[in-house]
Amino acid sequence: MHQTFDAALELNLLHANQKGADHNREHFDRWGITCLNIMSSPGAGKTVLLEQTLAALRDKFNIAVIEGDMTTELDADRLRQYDVPVIPINTGRSCHLDSKMVAGGIHILEHQHNPTDLDLVLVENVGNLVCPAEFEVGEHAKVALLSVTEGEDKPLKYPVMFQEADCLLITKTDLAPYLDINLDRIADNVRQMNPKIKIIYLSAKTGEGLEPWFDWISNLVKQNAVNQLARQI
Amino acid sequence: MHETDMTKALILTVKDWYRSQAESVKIEKIHLIVGQFTCVEPLSLQFAFEVQTRNTFLEGVELIIRNIPLIAFCHTCQQEYKPEIGLQYSCPDCNSPMEDIRSGRELKIDRIEYSSITNDCNGFSRSKGFSRKAPTVY
Repeated sequence: MHQTFDAALELNLLHANQKGADHNREHFDRWGITCLNIMSSPGAGKTVLLEQTLAALRDKFNIAVIEGDMTTELDADRLRQYDVPVIPINTGRSCHLDSKMVAGGIHILEHQHNPTDLDLVLVENVGNLVCPAEFEVGEHAKVALLSVTEGEDKPLKYPVMFQEADCLLITKTDLAPYLDINLDRIADNVRQMNPKIKIIYLSAKTGEGLEPWFDWISNLVKQNAVNQLARQI
Repeated sequence: MHETDMTKALILTVKDWYRSQAESVKIEKIHLIVGQFTCVEPLSLQFAFEVQTRNTFLEGVELIIRNIPLIAFCHTCQQEYKPEIGLQYSCPDCNSPMEDIRSGRELKIDRIEYSSITNDCNGFSRSKGFSRKAPTVY
């Protein structure tokens, strides 16, 4: 006689990934590290932003980079010249980093560098506006980049990324005069779904917005360090 | 196509459950709940699931997806509304931003229908483990 049962799971589809992300965050918290997950479409300026961030903040904080790249080490090579640990993760055909891949990066950090000396780990996700938004990797905050050339409507079309982000960098603002684009409308479109988001207009070319961005990171690292200590007591 | 990775995640989660069972079971149907405000396209997920489960313990298992609409609650107007994805997320009446999502972010394995492989001497199957609603008539 054929009989079926019903198991109520009510489990998140990304349960396994979420478990891994929480585990990664525990490692970061134990070591006193703040982790940022940096996401955008390809070519929005993640790598150049990281270059400038490393150049400006490497004396202030001990930084490492976990670098997601589909098949190459081109980005990692660009970042290595700043003399910080850069751990490349080739994601192969996958279009985003997941918590397991980042755990691999953490494992390397643990064995080849002294993680307790680090203050900040920057995870550069694979260029993609869709899936990285759903796969947490163990970060304390999500940073999204949107370049002005991508258009005002992108936050409306790819809402999950912008709804999840804690900080949005509107990049390449030096190009805005050449485009038929309203920068305020980009910000308005994002605030429709995420009114608390920090928005910074930024140009890696002219340096506009870099200081506010560095301040935002510095405050986050300090605040997070306080929270991490409070949890240990 | 990120549904490939979503499916991989789904299979991993189901595999965890499958291995936690005290007795061997045969999974027949997996019921998913997929919110409209997620990055998952149900049709692509169906396709990816069919392809990726070939020659595995999930081959032939039916994937049933229930779509859940995006519903937000406007605290100014004290009422629910359905944001128009791709067009407008703020409240259509007062323009307050979408802050309180009531549904639409779900990406859940709701339940699994399964049967037991090992039959006991009475001829009907049985299983242990997760909470379940067993039929009342054998």
